[in-house]
Amino acid sequence: MAETQDALLIAGGDHVHRDDVGIKLGMWLFLFTELILFGGLFLVYAVYRYLHPQEFHLAAQELDALVGTINTILLLTSSLTVAMSITAIREGRKWLSIALVLVTIILALAFLGNKYFEWAHKFEHGIYPRSPLLLEMPPGEILYFGLYFVMTGIHALHVIIGMVVLGFSVRFLWTGVITEHSYVRLEAGALYWHLVDIIWIFLFPLFYLLH
Amino acid sequence: MAEPSVVDYLHAPSKHRGPLSWILSTDHKRIGILYLVTMSFFFSVAVFLGFLLRLELLTPGKTIVDPQIYNELFTLHGMIMIFLFIIPGLPAVFGNFMLPILIGAKDVSFPRLNLLSWWLFLSGGILAVVSLFLPGGPVDTGWTFYIPYSVRTNTTVIPAMTAAFILGFSSILTGINFITTIHRMRAPGMSWFRMPLFVWSLYATGWIQILATPILGITLLLVIIERLFGVGIFDPSLGGDPVLYQHLFWIYSHPAVYIMILPGMGVVSEIIPVFARRTIFGYKFIAFSSIAIAFFGSLVWAHHMFTVGMSDTGQFIFSLLTFLVSIPSAIKIFNWVATMYKGSIALEVPLLYVLAFIVQFSIGGFTGMMLGALSINIHVQDTAFVVGHFHYVMFGGAGFAAIAAIHYWFPKMFGKMYNKRQAIIGWALLTFGFQVLYFPMFVMGYKGMPRRYYDYLPQFQIYHQISTVGSWIVVLGLLIVLHNLITALRKGERAEMNPWGGVTLEWTVPSPPPVENFVTVPTVTTGAYDYSRYEKKA
Amino acid sequence: MNASHRDEMAHAPVGYGRLVLLWLGLLGLTGLTVGFAGIELGSLVVVTSLLIASTKAVLVLNVFMHLRFEDRVFRFFVAAALAVLVIFFALTFMDYGFHG
Repeated sequence: MAETQDALLIAGGDHVHRDDVGIKLGMWLFLFTELILFGGLFLVYAVYRYLHPQEFHLAAQELDALVGTINTILLLTSSLTVAMSITAIREGRKWLSIALVLVTIILALAFLGNKYFEWAHKFEHGIYPRSPLLLEMPPGEILYFGLYFVMTGIHALHVIIGMVVLGFSVRFLWTGVITEHSYVRLEAGALYWHLVDIIWIFLFPLFYLLH
Repeated sequence: MAEPSVVDYLHAPSKHRGPLSWILSTDHKRIGILYLVTMSFFFSVAVFLGFLLRLELLTPGKTIVDPQIYNELFTLHGMIMIFLFIIPGLPAVFGNFMLPILIGAKDVSFPRLNLLSWWLFLSGGILAVVSLFLPGGPVDTGWTFYIPYSVRTNTTVIPAMTAAFILGFSSILTGINFITTIHRMRAPGMSWFRMPLFVWSLYATGWIQILATPILGITLLLVIIERLFGVGIFDPSLGGDPVLYQHLFWIYSHPAVYIMILPGMGVVSEIIPVFARRTIFGYKFIAFSSIAIAFFGSLVWAHHMFTVGMSDTGQFIFSLLTFLVSIPSAIKIFNWVATMYKGSIALEVPLLYVLAFIVQFSIGGFTGMMLGALSINIHVQDTAFVVGHFHYVMFGGAGFAAIAAIHYWFPKMFGKMYNKRQAIIGWALLTFGFQVLYFPMFVMGYKGMPRRYYDYLPQFQIYHQISTVGSWIVVLGLLIVLHNLITALRKGERAEMNPWGGVTLEWTVPSPPPVENFVTVPTVTTGAYDYSRYEKKA
Repeated sequence: MNASHRDEMAHAPVGYGRLVLLWLGLLGLTGLTVGFAGIELGSLVVVTSLLIASTKAVLVLNVFMHLRFEDRVFRFFVAAALAVLVIFFALTFMDYGFHG
C-alpha cells in the first residue's frame, strides 16, 4: 500500500518531478543484469570445476595469492571511500566528497596496474590463449586458464566502466549537479562500484585460493 | 483547461525538424511508432526469407537455391524473426505506446533511456543486415549458434552474435524502464489490482528480460572471445563441453519464448472484455498466471536438449517442470473463454484475431506438452513437428496477438479507422493459410521428416507442397492487411475517441493522444474492466 | 512540490565510523579466507571460501549499498534475483550432478 501512496504523491506533483527512488530502483535492476551476467560465468566455472577437480586444483597453484590478496584489499578500500563520499556530500562537504571519489579512482587504477603486471607475468611464462605450453596441458587446465583470462578480463572491463562512471560523478560534484540535496547520481555510481567489488569478492577465492 | 494546448503527439512541436523530430524524440508514443516501423521492415524481410525457404522445399533436391544458401536462409529467417521481431515485438511497440497511458502516466520513468533502447535496436538490426554482405558470407549455423560448428564455420558468426548481443541489451533496457515505470508512475488510485492485464504481462515480461537476457549476453560474448582469441571455453578440442553451451543458450532462450508470448496473452486479455462487454473473469488468476508463467518458464530450458545425453535425473525433472508451465497457460485460456460466455459479443476484427489466437495457441500448447514428454520427444526431436509446434505458438500465438493489437489500437494510435471488410478478408486468408502452412508439418514431422533439411524423400513431398501453398496464402493475407492499414493511414476515416467501447484509460484520451497523454492526471476509482453498467442492462 | 516525497526514503547518512568498522571486518574476513586456504582442509576449503565470500558480499550489500536502510521492495528484489541465479545453478547440476 505504501507503493500506491508513492505513486499518488508523484503523479500529483508538478510536471518535472524528481523520482530518486525510481532512479535507484532502475539502477538496482541494472545491477541484477550484471549479477546474472557474471552468474553465467560462475556457472561455467562451477561445471568445469566439477568435471575437472584435480586439474583446476593444480592450475590454481600457478597464480600468486599475494597479488590477489593485494587487489582484494585495494577494491575493498575503494568501496569504503566511495561509500564515505556519499556520507560526505550529504553532510554538505563537497570537497571531501570529491577527494574521496578521486581516491576511489586511484585505487581502481592501482588494481588495474596490478592486474596488468599479473597478466604480463603469465604471458612471459608462456601461458596465454593458444600458447604451445597451454595446449600441451590437460583439458581441465586449458579451461581453467581460459576462464581465468576471460573472467578477470571481463571484470577488469567493469572496473574501467566503473571508473568512467565515477569520473562523471566527480564532474557532477564539481559543477554542482550532485549536491547535498540531490545526490542520487552519486549513489547510483557507488552502487555500480560496489557490485564490481562484490564480483571480485567471489573471483578472488575461486581463482587464487583453491589450490 | 485551455483546449488549444492539446496537440496530438503526431503534430507536436519539436526542436528538431522532419525525421529528426522522430528519431530524437523521447515521447514514448513516438518511440513506439519508431519500433513499429523498423520492426515491420525486419518482419517483412524475414517473411520473404521464409517464403523462399518454403519455395525451395516445394520439390526434393534443388528447386531455387543451393544448400549453402538454404542454410543461410533458415538461419536468417530465424534470427531476424526472433531477435528483431518477436522478442521486442509487442513490448517495444505496444508496451511503449500504451503502458504509460494504461496506468495514467505522462511517460515512462526513463524517457532518454527508452530512446537509447530504440537506437540500440536499430544498430543491432543494421549490423545483422550488414553482416550478410561481409566477407565469409551470411551466418549458416541456425539461430541457435550451436557449438562446435559456430566456432569452426568461416561465415560471419561474430557480427551476427554481436548484433544479437546489442539487441539483448536493448531488450534489457526496455525491461528496466517498464518495471520502474509500473512501480513508480501509476496514477492516483491505480493500485496493482486495478492495472490492465496487459500491464501485468509487461511486468512479468520485464522481469524475464532483466533476469534471463544477461545469460545469453555472456554466452554469446564467450563464443565471440573463443573465436577471436582461441580461449578454451566451449570448443571440445580445447576440453570444452558443447552441451554446457546448450544449457546456457537455453537458460535464456527458453524464457525468451515467454517474453514473446506473455505480452500477446496480455493483449488478448485486453481485447476479450471489450468485445464481450463483460468484466474479465478471474482477473487475479490471469494476473498471477503471468508471473507464474514467467517463473516456471525459467525452469524448463533443458527440454530442448533431451537427446544430447543429459542425465536421467535431469531429463525427468525438466520434463516434469515442463508440464507445470501448462497450468498457468491453461488458467488463462479458461478465463478468457469464461469471460466470453454469455457476453454480448461483437465480432470485430481484433476479436477475430484473438479467437484464432486461442485455437492456434491451444494447438501449439498441446503439441508442446507432447514434446515435453520424454518418450515422444526422443522420436520427434529435430523434426518438422517441432517447427510446426513453435510456429503455432509463436506465429499463431504471439504473431496473431500482434496483428490483433495493431487492429485494436490502430484507431487510437493514428486517429484513423481502417476498412473493416478488407481487414476481415485479410484475417480469413491469414488464418486459413496459417493452418495449411503449418499443420502438415505436424504430420510429416511425426512421420520422420527432419527439420532444417535441404533434401527429402519423395514420400514427404505432398506435405511439403501443401505447406508451400499455405505460405502463399499467408503472404497474400499479410499483403492485404498491410495494404489496408497503409491505406487507412493515408485516407482512412477519422476515428472517434472510443470506437470499440473500451473502458481502460487509453479510451478516455483523444485519438491520437496528446503529447503528455492526459490534460489532467486521471484518478482511478474502479478496476480495469468495469463493465457492470453493460451487464446490468443485459 | 512536497518535501515528503523527496525524502520519502532518505534514510540518515551512514556514519563514517560504521563504514570504517565494516571495512575492517571485510579485511579481517579476507585474512581469514587466505589463512584457511593455507591449511590442508581438502574439499572443505571450497565450502569455507564460498561461505566467507558470501558473508562479505552480504555485508557490502547491506551497509555499503545501503540495502538494510532501503524500502523492503529492494531487499525482496535482490532476494528474487539471487534465487533465480541459485535455480539456474541447481537445475544445471540436475544434469551434470547425475551423470552415471
